[in-house]
Amino acid sequence: MQSQMIDRDTGVQVVLASLREVLEQSGEDVPADLTEDTVLVGNGAVIDSLGVVSLIVEIEQRLEMDYEISVTLANDRAMSQRNSPFRTVGVLADYILTMIKEG
Amino acid sequence: MTDRQVMLITGTRKGIGRYLAEYYAKKGYIVEGCSRGTPDFESENYTHHNLDVADEGAVKAMISNIARRHGRLDIVLNNAAIATMNHVLLTPAATANRMLEVNVTGTMLVCRDAAKVMMRRRYGRIVNFTTIVAPIALAGEAIYAASKSAVVTLTRILAFELGQWGITCNSFGATPIMTDMIRGVPQNKIDEVVNGLAIKRLGNYEDCANVCDFFIRPESDNITGQVLYLGGIT
Repeated sequence: MQSQMIDRDTGVQVVLASLREVLEQSGEDVPADLTEDTVLVGNGAVIDSLGVVSLIVEIEQRLEMDYEISVTLANDRAMSQRNSPFRTVGVLADYILTMIKEG
Repeated sequence: MTDRQVMLITGTRKGIGRYLAEYYAKKGYIVEGCSRGTPDFESENYTHHNLDVADEGAVKAMISNIARRHGRLDIVLNNAAIATMNHVLLTPAATANRMLEVNVTGTMLVCRDAAKVMMRRRYGRIVNFTTIVAPIALAGEAIYAASKSAVVTLTRILAFELGQWGITCNSFGATPIMTDMIRGVPQNKIDEVVNGLAIKRLGNYEDCANVCDFFIRPESDNITGQVLYLGGIT
């Protein structure tokens, strides 16, 4: 069990901040209306598959440096789930909270 | 965040790793090192972590600790390895698995977690240590050489996977150096290897530092995916 925990709103903010960072770094225009429903994987996604890799690492590093939470978001289970835990900002935030709880 | 470059060297208890840790600490780098035992040297620029590089949780915890303390990680020298020299007909599966676990998986784990820290600053230098016994196909070292061939392939692919974040990945194969790792190898076997080299002498620690100096220079940002062998071996 992690010693630190974040609430869901913080989780969403971490994902959104990380997403903005990844989009800026890749030279993409950052959409003004990034929300919980913003799609990250599949049709309508705002980032490509490599962007997802960058996003996962950026989130892990933000949790590490800003909240002292050490979590690995990519694992075989996540990659093989029929409904990807990375498909939207909100779904990813929920998944992050689950992974932190599972420690 | 510190203004100085932060370097991680694996396998620093003795031999090449220990030499490089002291060498780069003296040069003013912040050096973090690891091995399964505590080294017998100290430096104000050196911090040691006791761990097995094949232990995924321990590697992750060490790199988290480095990132939290320094805010950056610029350079990794993956030197940690084990070698059991034996004829393949006399090599148990457990020995082979352990060698692959430390030499291949251990190297991969350190590269993976270090790269995650390097990515944020869009800068990194990774040097993975291999050996000339792979290209010269030295009898008696089948599994060790195979594990180091895997390190070369891993490094070449990492160069492509991590290049976009300013991280270079290269591998370096030294000629035999008189460390504990080869102390059990018969002298005639060592002579045979040395006689097959273009430069007929044993390697030394300074050779290793020279190659690492080259790979880790900021100016070497377009040098990646390469394997550099000493002594004329290709």
